[in-house]
Amino acid sequence: MSTQIIDTKTFSRTIKRLAHEILEYHHGAETLGIVGIRTRGDFLARRIAQQISEIEKITMPIGTLDITLYRDDLRGKLSQPQLKTTDILYNITDKNIILVDDVLFTGRTVRSALNALMDIGRPATIQLAVFIDRGHRQLPIKADFVGKNIPTSLAQEVQVLMKEVDGEDAVLLKEGEKL
Amino acid sequence: MNATKLSSRHLLGLQGMPKEDIQLILETAKSFKEILNRPIKKVPTLQGKTIANLFFENSTRTRISFELAERRLSADVVNFSVTGSSVGKGETLKDTARNIEAMKIDTVVIRHSAAGTPQFLTKIIQANIINAGDGCHEHPTQALLDIYTLQEKFPSLKNLRVCIVGDILHSRVARSNIFGLQTMGAKVSVCGPATLIPRELEKLGIEIFHHIDDVIPNVDVLNVLRIQLERQSGGFFPSVREYHTFFGVTKERLEKAHTPITILHPGPINRDVELSADVADGSHSLILEQVTNGVAVRMAVLYLLGVE
Repeated sequence: MSTQIIDTKTFSRTIKRLAHEILEYHHGAETLGIVGIRTRGDFLARRIAQQISEIEKITMPIGTLDITLYRDDLRGKLSQPQLKTTDILYNITDKNIILVDDVLFTGRTVRSALNALMDIGRPATIQLAVFIDRGHRQLPIKADFVGKNIPTSLAQEVQVLMKEVDGEDAVLLKEGEKL
Repeated sequence: MNATKLSSRHLLGLQGMPKEDIQLILETAKSFKEILNRPIKKVPTLQGKTIANLFFENSTRTRISFELAERRLSADVVNFSVTGSSVGKGETLKDTARNIEAMKIDTVVIRHSAAGTPQFLTKIIQANIINAGDGCHEHPTQALLDIYTLQEKFPSLKNLRVCIVGDILHSRVARSNIFGLQTMGAKVSVCGPATLIPRELEKLGIEIFHHIDDVIPNVDVLNVLRIQLERQSGGFFPSVREYHTFFGVTKERLEKAHTPITILHPGPINRDVELSADVADGSHSLILEQVTNGVAVRMAVLYLLGVE
Protein backbone atom coordinates (compact mmCIF):
# COMPACT_ATOMS: atom_id res chain seq x y z
CA MET A 1 0.00 0.00 0.00
CA SER A 2 1.51 3.33 -0.98
CA THR A 3 0.45 6.95 -1.34
CA GLN A 4 1.99 9.45 -3.69
CA ILE A 5 3.04 12.54 -1.77
CA ILE A 6 4.87 14.37 -4.54
CA ASP A 7 3.98 14.17 -8.23
CA THR A 8 6.12 14.94 -11.28
CA LYS A 9 5.23 18.64 -11.44
CA THR A 10 5.80 19.31 -7.76
CA PHE A 11 9.04 17.32 -8.05
CA SER A 12 10.54 19.70 -10.60
CA ARG A 13 9.23 22.78 -8.76
CA THR A 14 10.92 21.53 -5.59
CA ILE A 15 14.24 21.09 -7.41
CA LYS A 16 13.98 24.64 -8.76
CA ARG A 17 13.21 25.99 -5.31
CA LEU A 18 16.18 24.16 -3.77
CA ALA A 19 18.49 25.59 -6.45
CA HIS A 20 17.20 29.13 -5.77
CA GLU A 21 17.54 28.73 -1.99
CA ILE A 22 21.14 27.55 -2.34
CA LEU A 23 21.99 30.47 -4.66
CA GLU A 24 20.28 32.99 -2.41
CA TYR A 25 22.20 31.77 0.61
CA HIS A 26 25.56 31.84 -1.16
CA HIS A 27 24.94 35.03 -3.19
CA GLY A 28 25.75 33.17 -6.40
CA ALA A 29 27.50 29.97 -7.40
CA GLU A 30 31.17 30.94 -7.75
CA THR A 31 32.37 29.14 -4.64
CA LEU A 32 29.98 26.21 -4.84
CA GLY A 33 30.64 22.53 -5.53
CA ILE A 34 27.93 19.89 -5.54
CA VAL A 35 28.36 16.31 -4.37
CA GLY A 36 25.62 13.69 -4.57
CA ILE A 37 25.47 10.48 -2.58
CA ARG A 38 24.96 7.42 -4.76
CA THR A 39 22.50 6.51 -6.19
CA ARG A 40 19.52 8.87 -6.09
CA GLY A 41 21.36 11.66 -4.29
CA ASP A 42 23.65 11.67 -7.29
CA PHE A 43 20.80 12.18 -9.77
CA LEU A 44 19.25 14.86 -7.55
CA ALA A 45 22.61 16.62 -7.36
CA ARG A 46 22.80 16.63 -11.15
CA ARG A 47 19.31 18.11 -11.47
CA ILE A 48 20.06 20.84 -8.93
CA ALA A 49 23.39 21.58 -10.61
CA GLN A 50 21.64 21.83 -13.96
CA GLN A 51 19.14 24.33 -12.52
CA ILE A 52 21.90 26.42 -10.98
CA SER A 53 23.84 26.37 -14.26
CA GLU A 54 20.77 27.60 -16.14
CA ILE A 55 20.07 30.39 -13.66
CA GLU A 56 23.67 31.59 -13.27
CA LYS A 57 24.94 30.70 -16.77
CA ILE A 58 27.96 28.84 -15.41
CA THR A 59 29.08 25.21 -15.25
CA MET A 60 28.70 23.73 -11.80
CA PRO A 61 31.42 21.39 -10.56
CA ILE A 62 29.65 18.16 -9.63
CA GLY A 63 30.81 14.90 -8.10
CA THR A 64 29.53 11.53 -6.92
CA LEU A 65 30.24 10.00 -3.56
CA ASP A 66 30.08 6.28 -2.79
CA ILE A 67 29.92 5.83 0.97
CA THR A 68 29.97 2.03 1.08
CA LEU A 69 33.44 1.86 2.61
CA TYR A 70 32.46 4.29 5.36
CA ARG A 71 29.22 2.65 6.50
CA ASP A 72 28.85 1.63 10.11
CA ASP A 73 26.60 -1.31 9.27
CA LEU A 74 28.85 -3.17 6.82
CA ARG A 75 29.36 -5.95 9.30
CA GLY A 76 26.27 -7.90 10.19
CA LYS A 77 24.61 -7.19 6.89
CA LEU A 78 23.60 -10.30 5.04
CA SER A 79 24.30 -9.07 1.57
CA GLN A 80 26.99 -6.50 1.22
CA PRO A 81 26.26 -3.55 -1.01
CA GLN A 82 28.10 -3.37 -4.27
CA LEU A 83 31.02 -1.04 -4.06
CA LYS A 84 31.01 1.70 -6.67
CA THR A 85 33.43 4.45 -7.44
CA THR A 86 33.63 7.87 -5.90
CA ASP A 87 33.94 10.35 -8.74
CA ILE A 88 34.83 13.85 -7.69
CA LEU A 89 37.01 15.32 -10.40
CA TYR A 90 37.37 18.81 -8.97
CA ASN A 91 39.30 19.90 -5.92
CA ILE A 92 36.83 20.30 -3.05
CA THR A 93 39.32 22.08 -0.81
CA ASP A 94 38.17 25.63 0.11
CA LYS A 95 34.90 25.15 -1.81
CA ASN A 96 31.45 25.50 -0.28
CA ILE A 97 30.16 21.98 -0.77
CA ILE A 98 26.48 21.15 -1.05
CA LEU A 99 26.03 17.49 -0.14
CA VAL A 100 22.87 16.07 -1.71
CA ASP A 101 20.85 13.01 -0.71
CA ASP A 102 17.30 11.87 -1.40
CA VAL A 103 15.97 11.00 2.07
CA LEU A 104 17.28 12.17 5.43
CA PHE A 105 16.38 9.55 8.03
CA THR A 106 18.74 8.32 10.80
CA GLY A 107 21.59 10.60 9.72
CA ARG A 108 24.03 7.71 9.48
CA THR A 109 24.48 7.98 5.73
CA VAL A 110 25.32 11.66 6.09
CA ARG A 111 27.80 10.88 8.86
CA SER A 112 29.55 8.41 6.53
CA ALA A 113 29.48 10.92 3.68
CA LEU A 114 31.05 13.64 5.86
CA ASN A 115 33.91 11.32 6.79
CA ALA A 116 34.39 10.33 3.16
CA LEU A 117 34.45 13.99 2.04
CA MET A 118 37.01 14.91 4.71
CA ASP A 119 39.30 12.18 3.38
CA ILE A 120 39.16 13.70 -0.10
CA GLY A 121 39.90 17.30 0.82
CA ARG A 122 39.16 20.18 3.18
CA PRO A 123 36.10 22.11 2.02
CA ALA A 124 35.47 25.60 3.39
CA THR A 125 31.95 24.55 4.41
CA ILE A 126 29.69 21.57 3.87
CA GLN A 127 25.92 22.01 3.78
CA LEU A 128 23.31 19.32 3.44
CA ALA A 129 20.48 19.43 0.91
CA VAL A 130 17.88 16.64 1.02
CA PHE A 131 14.75 16.08 -0.97
CA ILE A 132 12.76 14.54 1.90
CA ASP A 133 13.33 14.86 5.63
CA ARG A 134 11.38 12.07 7.32
CA GLY A 135 12.62 12.54 10.88
CA HIS A 136 13.88 9.85 13.33
CA ARG A 137 17.44 11.09 13.55
CA GLN A 138 19.90 8.94 15.50
CA LEU A 139 22.76 11.43 15.23
CA PRO A 140 22.98 15.23 15.72
CA ILE A 141 22.62 16.03 12.02
CA LYS A 142 20.23 18.45 10.32
CA ALA A 143 19.66 19.53 6.74
CA ASP A 144 20.32 23.10 5.53
CA PHE A 145 18.03 22.84 2.50
CA VAL A 146 14.94 20.62 2.56
CA GLY A 147 12.61 19.78 -0.32
CA LYS A 148 9.78 18.62 1.92
CA ASN A 149 9.37 17.58 5.53
CA ILE A 150 7.30 14.41 5.84
CA PRO A 151 6.49 13.19 9.34
CA THR A 152 6.57 9.37 9.27
CA SER A 153 6.33 6.41 11.59
CA LEU A 154 9.24 3.99 11.76
CA ALA A 155 7.15 1.34 10.04
CA GLN A 156 6.67 3.49 6.95
CA GLU A 157 9.05 3.73 4.03
CA VAL A 158 9.71 6.80 1.92
CA GLN A 159 10.65 6.11 -1.67
CA VAL A 160 11.99 8.77 -4.00
CA LEU A 161 11.54 7.72 -7.62
CA MET A 162 13.60 9.34 -10.35
CA LYS A 163 13.32 9.23 -14.13
CA GLU A 164 16.96 8.18 -14.51
CA VAL A 165 16.46 4.88 -12.66
CA ASP A 166 12.74 4.44 -12.01
CA GLY A 167 11.18 5.90 -15.14
CA GLU A 168 9.25 8.67 -13.37
CA ASP A 169 9.72 11.49 -10.86
CA ALA A 170 7.64 10.99 -7.71
CA VAL A 171 7.78 10.42 -3.98
CA LEU A 172 5.84 7.56 -2.41
CA LEU A 173 4.99 6.84 1.20
CA LYS A 174 4.65 3.11 1.81
CA GLU A 175 3.03 1.44 4.78
CA GLY A 176 5.55 -1.09 6.08
CA GLU A 177 4.67 -4.58 7.21
CA LYS A 178 7.32 -4.82 9.90
CA LEU A 179 6.73 -3.67 13.51
CA MET B 1 27.07 -8.12 -13.34
CA ASN B 2 24.95 -8.58 -10.24
CA ALA B 3 27.05 -10.64 -7.86
CA THR B 4 28.17 -8.67 -4.84
CA LYS B 5 29.72 -11.53 -2.95
CA LEU B 6 32.45 -14.03 -3.77
CA SER B 7 31.41 -17.67 -3.91
CA SER B 8 34.14 -18.68 -1.47
CA ARG B 9 35.32 -17.23 1.85
CA HIS B 10 38.93 -18.01 0.97
CA LEU B 11 41.17 -17.13 -1.97
CA LEU B 12 43.28 -20.20 -2.60
CA GLY B 13 43.76 -20.12 -6.37
CA LEU B 14 42.25 -19.20 -9.70
CA GLN B 15 41.84 -22.79 -10.89
CA GLY B 16 38.10 -23.34 -11.06
CA MET B 17 37.25 -19.86 -9.80
CA PRO B 18 34.01 -18.67 -11.46
CA LYS B 19 34.30 -15.85 -13.98
CA GLU B 20 31.79 -13.81 -11.93
CA ASP B 21 34.14 -13.89 -8.94
CA ILE B 22 37.10 -12.68 -11.00
CA GLN B 23 34.96 -9.93 -12.52
CA LEU B 24 33.70 -8.85 -9.10
CA ILE B 25 37.26 -8.56 -7.80
CA LEU B 26 38.38 -6.57 -10.86
CA GLU B 27 35.35 -4.28 -10.65
CA THR B 28 35.86 -3.70 -6.92
CA ALA B 29 39.56 -2.99 -7.48
CA LYS B 30 38.62 -0.05 -9.70
CA SER B 31 37.01 1.68 -6.72
CA PHE B 32 40.08 1.09 -4.62
CA LYS B 33 42.39 2.46 -7.25
CA GLU B 34 40.51 5.73 -7.00
CA ILE B 35 41.22 5.80 -3.25
CA LEU B 36 44.94 5.35 -3.89
CA ASN B 37 44.94 8.65 -5.77
CA ARG B 38 43.43 10.62 -2.89
CA PRO B 39 45.43 12.76 -0.49
CA ILE B 40 44.24 10.48 2.34
CA LYS B 41 44.69 6.96 1.02
CA LYS B 42 42.78 5.26 3.77
CA VAL B 43 39.21 4.15 4.40
CA PRO B 44 37.76 2.85 7.68
CA THR B 45 36.17 -0.28 6.20
CA LEU B 46 38.06 -3.03 8.03
CA GLN B 47 38.38 -1.17 11.33
CA GLY B 48 38.58 -3.66 14.18
CA LYS B 49 39.57 -6.58 11.95
CA THR B 50 42.92 -8.23 12.48
CA ILE B 51 44.94 -9.69 9.65
CA ALA B 52 48.04 -11.86 10.04
CA ASN B 53 50.62 -12.03 7.28
CA LEU B 54 52.39 -15.37 7.57
CA PHE B 55 55.37 -15.39 5.26
CA PHE B 56 57.29 -18.65 5.42
CA GLU B 57 59.19 -17.62 2.29
CA ASN B 58 61.03 -14.44 1.45
CA SER B 59 59.07 -11.69 -0.23
CA THR B 60 59.35 -7.93 -0.44
CA ARG B 61 56.86 -6.83 -3.02
CA THR B 62 53.96 -9.10 -2.15
CA ARG B 63 54.31 -8.63 1.61
CA ILE B 64 54.54 -4.83 1.40
CA SER B 65 51.70 -4.75 -1.09
CA PHE B 66 49.45 -6.82 1.19
CA GLU B 67 50.45 -4.82 4.23
CA LEU B 68 49.71 -1.50 2.53
CA ALA B 69 46.38 -2.83 1.31
CA GLU B 70 45.50 -3.97 4.82
CA ARG B 71 46.50 -0.72 6.48
CA ARG B 72 44.67 1.36 3.88
CA LEU B 73 41.51 -0.50 4.83
CA SER B 74 42.24 0.33 8.49
CA ALA B 75 42.74 -3.28 9.59
CA ASP B 76 45.16 -4.16 12.37
CA VAL B 77 48.12 -6.01 10.94
CA VAL B 78 50.52 -8.52 12.46
CA ASN B 79 53.50 -9.74 10.48
CA PHE B 80 55.15 -13.04 10.89
CA SER B 81 58.20 -14.26 9.05
CA VAL B 82 60.21 -17.39 9.58
CA THR B 83 63.31 -15.64 10.77
CA GLY B 84 62.87 -14.73 14.40
CA SER B 85 59.76 -16.88 14.91
CA SER B 86 59.06 -20.10 16.75
CA VAL B 87 59.28 -22.04 13.49
CA GLY B 88 63.02 -21.82 14.00
CA LYS B 89 62.42 -23.55 17.34
CA GLY B 90 60.73 -26.48 15.64
CA GLU B 91 57.06 -25.56 15.99
CA THR B 92 54.81 -27.24 13.41
CA LEU B 93 52.70 -25.24 10.99
CA LYS B 94 49.56 -26.60 12.60
CA ASP B 95 50.62 -25.38 16.04
CA THR B 96 51.70 -22.01 14.69
CA ALA B 97 48.36 -21.59 12.96
CA ARG B 98 46.31 -22.67 15.97
CA ASN B 99 48.21 -20.28 18.22
CA ILE B 100 47.58 -17.44 15.83
CA GLU B 101 43.93 -18.38 15.72
CA ALA B 102 43.78 -18.26 19.52
CA MET B 103 44.79 -14.60 19.24
CA LYS B 104 41.50 -13.91 17.37
CA ILE B 105 42.76 -13.24 13.87
CA ASP B 106 40.08 -12.66 11.21
CA THR B 107 42.11 -13.15 8.05
CA VAL B 108 45.38 -14.97 7.34
CA VAL B 109 47.55 -14.14 4.34
CA ILE B 110 49.99 -16.97 3.83
CA ARG B 111 53.01 -17.65 1.67
CA HIS B 112 54.69 -21.02 1.98
CA SER B 113 57.14 -23.09 -0.03
CA ALA B 114 54.85 -26.14 0.14
CA ALA B 115 51.99 -26.29 -2.34
CA GLY B 116 48.62 -26.75 -0.66
CA THR B 117 49.50 -25.06 2.63
CA PRO B 118 46.69 -22.46 2.36
CA GLN B 119 44.20 -25.25 1.62
CA PHE B 120 45.47 -27.12 4.69
CA LEU B 121 44.98 -24.03 6.86
CA THR B 122 41.32 -23.71 5.86
CA LYS B 123 40.76 -27.11 7.47
CA ILE B 124 42.35 -26.28 10.82
CA ILE B 125 41.42 -22.66 11.50
CA GLN B 126 38.31 -20.51 11.11
CA ALA B 127 39.90 -17.37 9.63
CA ASN B 128 39.59 -16.39 5.95
CA ILE B 129 42.68 -17.62 4.15
CA ILE B 130 44.36 -15.76 1.29
CA ASN B 131 47.07 -17.52 -0.66
CA ALA B 132 50.05 -15.23 -1.25
CA GLY B 133 51.97 -17.94 -3.10
CA ASP B 134 52.29 -21.63 -2.24
CA GLY B 135 55.23 -23.53 -3.69
CA CYS B 136 54.85 -24.15 -7.41
CA HIS B 137 51.06 -24.18 -7.12
CA GLU B 138 49.33 -20.78 -7.31
CA HIS B 139 49.76 -17.07 -6.63
CA PRO B 140 46.23 -15.82 -7.26
CA THR B 141 46.59 -12.14 -6.33
CA GLN B 142 49.54 -11.76 -8.72
CA ALA B 143 47.49 -13.17 -11.59
CA LEU B 144 44.52 -11.01 -10.65
CA LEU B 145 46.64 -7.88 -10.73
CA ASP B 146 48.13 -8.95 -14.07
CA ILE B 147 44.63 -9.41 -15.46
CA TYR B 148 43.50 -6.10 -13.95
CA THR B 149 46.46 -4.33 -15.56
CA LEU B 150 45.63 -5.87 -18.94
CA GLN B 151 41.98 -4.95 -18.56
CA GLU B 152 42.95 -1.31 -18.06
CA LYS B 153 44.98 -1.38 -21.25
CA PHE B 154 42.82 -3.48 -23.57
CA PRO B 155 39.10 -3.02 -24.20
CA SER B 156 38.46 -6.75 -23.87
CA LEU B 157 40.38 -9.82 -22.75
CA LYS B 158 38.45 -12.06 -25.09
CA ASN B 159 40.87 -13.57 -27.62
CA LEU B 160 43.71 -11.39 -26.33
CA ARG B 161 46.91 -13.27 -27.18
CA VAL B 162 49.06 -13.58 -24.06
CA CYS B 163 52.28 -15.57 -23.96
CA ILE B 164 53.90 -16.45 -20.64
CA VAL B 165 57.67 -16.70 -21.07
CA GLY B 166 60.13 -18.49 -18.83
CA ASP B 167 60.20 -21.21 -16.21
CA ILE B 168 56.62 -22.41 -16.39
CA LEU B 169 57.31 -25.60 -14.44
CA HIS B 170 58.24 -23.90 -11.18
CA SER B 171 56.04 -20.86 -11.57
CA ARG B 172 52.93 -20.35 -9.47
CA VAL B 173 52.48 -17.02 -11.25
CA ALA B 174 52.26 -18.86 -14.58
CA ARG B 175 49.73 -21.37 -13.27
CA SER B 176 47.44 -18.73 -11.77
CA ASN B 177 47.73 -16.61 -14.90
CA ILE B 178 46.87 -19.52 -17.16
CA PHE B 179 43.73 -20.38 -15.18
CA GLY B 180 42.61 -16.78 -14.74
CA LEU B 181 43.29 -15.66 -18.31
CA GLN B 182 41.60 -18.71 -19.79
CA THR B 183 38.52 -18.08 -17.66
CA MET B 184 38.45 -14.51 -18.97
CA GLY B 185 38.59 -15.78 -22.55
CA ALA B 186 42.18 -14.90 -23.47
CA LYS B 187 44.30 -17.06 -25.78
CA VAL B 188 47.19 -18.21 -23.62
CA SER B 189 50.46 -19.66 -24.86
CA VAL B 190 53.74 -20.40 -23.10
CA CYS B 191 57.37 -20.19 -24.18
CA GLY B 192 60.39 -21.66 -22.46
CA PRO B 193 63.01 -24.44 -22.47
CA ALA B 194 61.40 -27.88 -22.94
CA THR B 195 62.74 -28.91 -19.54
CA LEU B 196 60.79 -26.13 -17.86
CA ILE B 197 57.39 -26.69 -19.43
CA PRO B 198 55.05 -29.25 -17.87
CA ARG B 199 53.61 -31.73 -20.40
CA GLU B 200 50.05 -31.47 -19.09
CA LEU B 201 49.74 -27.93 -20.40
CA GLU B 202 48.81 -29.22 -23.86
CA LYS B 203 45.66 -30.74 -22.38
CA LEU B 204 44.57 -27.28 -21.30
CA GLY B 205 44.65 -26.12 -24.91
CA ILE B 206 47.77 -24.04 -24.52
CA GLU B 207 50.17 -23.60 -27.37
CA ILE B 208 53.81 -24.26 -26.47
CA PHE B 209 56.83 -22.52 -28.00
CA HIS B 210 60.53 -23.12 -27.50
CA HIS B 211 61.94 -20.01 -29.13
CA ILE B 212 60.95 -16.45 -28.37
CA ASP B 213 61.26 -15.41 -32.04
CA ASP B 214 58.44 -17.83 -32.92
CA VAL B 215 56.17 -16.09 -30.45
CA ILE B 216 56.80 -12.40 -30.95
CA PRO B 217 55.04 -11.81 -34.27
CA ASN B 218 51.81 -13.43 -33.01
CA VAL B 219 51.06 -12.01 -29.56
CA ASP B 220 49.63 -8.89 -27.94
CA VAL B 221 51.18 -9.40 -24.52
CA LEU B 222 54.32 -11.04 -23.16
CA ASN B 223 54.17 -11.88 -19.47
CA VAL B 224 57.86 -12.46 -18.80
CA LEU B 225 58.62 -14.51 -15.70
CA ARG B 226 61.65 -14.19 -13.54
CA ILE B 227 64.21 -16.94 -13.99
CA GLN B 228 64.24 -18.21 -10.43
CA LEU B 229 67.94 -18.70 -10.04
CA GLU B 230 67.36 -20.18 -6.57
CA ARG B 231 65.25 -23.01 -8.06
CA GLN B 232 67.65 -23.90 -10.89
CA SER B 233 69.85 -26.46 -9.15
CA GLY B 234 68.38 -29.22 -11.34
CA GLY B 235 70.28 -28.25 -14.50
CA PHE B 236 67.17 -27.34 -16.49
CA PHE B 237 69.10 -25.16 -18.92
CA PRO B 238 72.85 -24.98 -19.60
CA SER B 239 73.58 -21.38 -18.66
CA VAL B 240 72.00 -18.01 -18.05
CA ARG B 241 73.68 -16.71 -21.18
CA GLU B 242 72.19 -19.47 -23.28
CA TYR B 243 68.78 -18.77 -21.76
CA HIS B 244 69.11 -15.13 -22.77
CA THR B 245 70.04 -16.14 -26.33
CA PHE B 246 66.87 -18.17 -26.85
CA PHE B 247 64.33 -16.55 -24.53
CA GLY B 248 65.60 -13.10 -23.58
CA VAL B 249 63.11 -10.39 -24.54
CA THR B 250 65.09 -7.61 -26.18
CA LYS B 251 64.29 -4.44 -28.08
CA GLU B 252 65.68 -5.86 -31.35
CA ARG B 253 63.40 -8.87 -31.08
CA LEU B 254 60.30 -6.83 -30.23
CA GLU B 255 60.89 -4.56 -33.20
CA LYS B 256 60.05 -7.49 -35.50
CA ALA B 257 56.42 -7.33 -34.36
CA HIS B 258 53.94 -5.32 -36.46
CA THR B 259 52.21 -3.79 -33.45
CA PRO B 260 53.83 -2.91 -30.13
CA ILE B 261 53.77 -5.76 -27.61
CA THR B 262 52.77 -5.03 -24.04
CA ILE B 263 55.23 -6.30 -21.44
CA LEU B 264 54.36 -7.60 -17.98
CA HIS B 265 56.75 -8.96 -15.38
CA PRO B 266 55.88 -10.04 -11.83
CA GLY B 267 59.27 -8.86 -10.51
CA PRO B 268 61.93 -8.85 -9.30
CA ILE B 269 63.62 -8.53 -12.69
CA ASN B 270 66.91 -10.15 -13.59
CA ARG B 271 67.93 -7.37 -15.95
CA ASP B 272 69.43 -8.57 -19.21
CA VAL B 273 68.59 -12.19 -18.42
CA GLU B 274 64.89 -12.66 -19.18
CA LEU B 275 64.28 -9.02 -20.07
CA SER B 276 66.67 -6.40 -21.41
CA ALA B 277 66.85 -3.16 -19.46
CA ASP B 278 65.57 -0.98 -22.32
CA VAL B 279 62.45 -3.15 -22.66
CA ALA B 280 61.80 -3.23 -18.91
CA ASP B 281 61.93 0.57 -18.79
CA GLY B 282 60.36 1.05 -22.22
CA SER B 283 57.06 2.69 -23.06
CA HIS B 284 55.18 -0.59 -23.54
CA SER B 285 56.22 -2.00 -20.19
CA LEU B 286 53.44 -2.00 -17.58
CA ILE B 287 55.68 -3.34 -14.84
CA LEU B 288 55.33 -0.43 -12.41
CA GLU B 289 51.65 -0.14 -13.23
CA GLN B 290 51.34 -3.76 -12.07
CA VAL B 291 52.84 -2.84 -8.71
CA THR B 292 50.41 0.06 -8.23
CA ASN B 293 47.45 -2.09 -9.24
CA GLY B 294 48.62 -4.83 -6.88
CA VAL B 295 47.63 -2.76 -3.86
CA ALA B 296 44.18 -1.97 -5.30
CA VAL B 297 43.52 -5.59 -6.25
CA ARG B 298 44.59 -6.85 -2.82
CA MET B 299 42.38 -4.24 -1.15
CA ALA B 300 39.49 -5.56 -3.23
CA VAL B 301 40.17 -9.15 -2.18
CA LEU B 302 40.55 -8.22 1.49
CA TYR B 303 37.35 -6.17 1.35
CA LEU B 304 35.30 -8.85 -0.38
CA LEU B 305 36.48 -11.59 1.98
CA GLY B 306 36.76 -9.49 5.10
CA VAL B 307 33.38 -7.83 5.37
CA GLU B 308 30.86 -10.32 6.66
